[in-house]
Amino acid sequence: MTKLRRSMLFVPGNNPGMMSDAHIYGSDALMFDLEDSVTLREKDAARLLVYHALRTIHYGDCERVVRVNPLNTPYGKADIEAMVAAGAEVIRLPKTETAQDIFDTEAEIERAERKFGIPVGQTRMMAAIEGALGVVNAYAIATASPRLIAIALGAEDYCANLKTTRSLDGSELFYARGAIIVAARAAGIDAIDTVFSDVNNEDQLIRETQAIKQLGFDGKSVINPRQIKPVHRVFTPKQQEIVKANRILAASREAAERGSGVVALDGKMIDRPVVLRAERTLEMAYASRAVFEEDET
Amino acid sequence: MKITAPASAGTMESGDILIEIEPCEQREVEVVLKSSVANEFGKQIVSTIRSAVEEFGLESAVINAVDKGALDCTIRARVFAACQRATGTSEFDWGKRV
Repeated sequence: MTKLRRSMLFVPGNNPGMMSDAHIYGSDALMFDLEDSVTLREKDAARLLVYHALRTIHYGDCERVVRVNPLNTPYGKADIEAMVAAGAEVIRLPKTETAQDIFDTEAEIERAERKFGIPVGQTRMMAAIEGALGVVNAYAIATASPRLIAIALGAEDYCANLKTTRSLDGSELFYARGAIIVAARAAGIDAIDTVFSDVNNEDQLIRETQAIKQLGFDGKSVINPRQIKPVHRVFTPKQQEIVKANRILAASREAAERGSGVVALDGKMIDRPVVLRAERTLEMAYASRAVFEEDET
Repeated sequence: MKITAPASAGTMESGDILIEIEPCEQREVEVVLKSSVANEFGKQIVSTIRSAVEEFGLESAVINAVDKGALDCTIRARVFAACQRATGTSEFDWGKRV
C-alpha cells in the first residue's frame, strides 16, 4: 500500500507536553525537532527527552521523523547516535546543500546502526533543502543514498537566503518547489512542502495546499494540529474522482481483454498516463481510507 | 561520580517536571517532591527519580522536583539531563534499556 505523507506535524523537541500526545491528531508523520525550535542551552535536554519518548511512547501508525542538528555543529553527531539508538524511523537532515552532506550523515547513521546492533540501512533519511545551493543540487541530493525517502522544502531559510520574503501567492518559492518536485520524481522519492505559518488562516492554507498538490507534492509540513485535517482533505481523493478512476480501470481492463490497447470513455481516449493517474487515485483513496469516509470528503 | 555544581533541567510547563540537583552532605539521595498528584502518584514519581539518579551513578544528591504531570519517560530524561549538567559530563549510554 502507498505510504501516506500528506502531513508531517512539527513537535518541538524540548516540549514534553506536546510530545506525549502528538500522535492523537492523525498526522501521517511526526517530526520531532532538535534543531531550530530548541535553544542552544537546551540541546542536551531535548536530545534526552526525544530519546526517552521514542523508546517509551507508542506513536501508532505515525511515521517517526527526527530533525537533527547539522553535522557542522557540536550537536549533530550526538543527535544522530541517540536517535538511531532510539529507533527513529527517519533522520531528517536540515539545510542540505550538497550530496556530500548526505554521504556524511549516512556514514554517521551507519556507524550508530552497527554500534547498537540495528540492521544497516534500516534507518531512513529525509533531506530538507533550505537554500539556493540545495535547490541547484536537488537531484544530486535526492539520489545520494538509497536511504532517502523524501526531500523537503524549508521555505523560511530559503527566502532569507534568496534575500526575499514569503508572500501569500508563493511566487518566490515557485522555482524551488518545481526543482524539488522534479528532482524527487526523477529519484523516485517523495516531496514534502514547507510549513504555512499562519495557523489562523485556514482558507489560505487550503489554497496553498491545493497549489502544491497540483505541482505534484506528496504532502505538507504542519506546525499545528488544526492544520492536519484541511491538508488531508486536499490530498484525499474526492468521491467523484474515485468513481471515475474505477470506471477508467474497468474500461482499460475490458479493452485489454479484447486485445485492444486503446479505449474511449465518455468520448475521451484512455491511454497509459490516464490509467496510471487512475491507479494513483485509488492507491491514495485506499491508503487514506477515503472509500470509508465519504462524509468527510 | 560527583556533583561539581548545582544544576537543573525541565520546566514548570504542563506535562513537564523541573528537577533541581545539588550536593548532599550525607551519602544518600534525598528527594523533595511538589506535585498536584502527589497523593496519587507521589511514591511512584519519587521512585522513578531515585532510580534514575542511581542509574546515572550518583550516590549522593539532594533533588528538588516540581512535577506538572510528567510521564515517567519525561521524569527520567529530566533527571539524566540535570545529573549530566551537575557532574559536567556529556556521555550517555544510548541504546540501553529505558
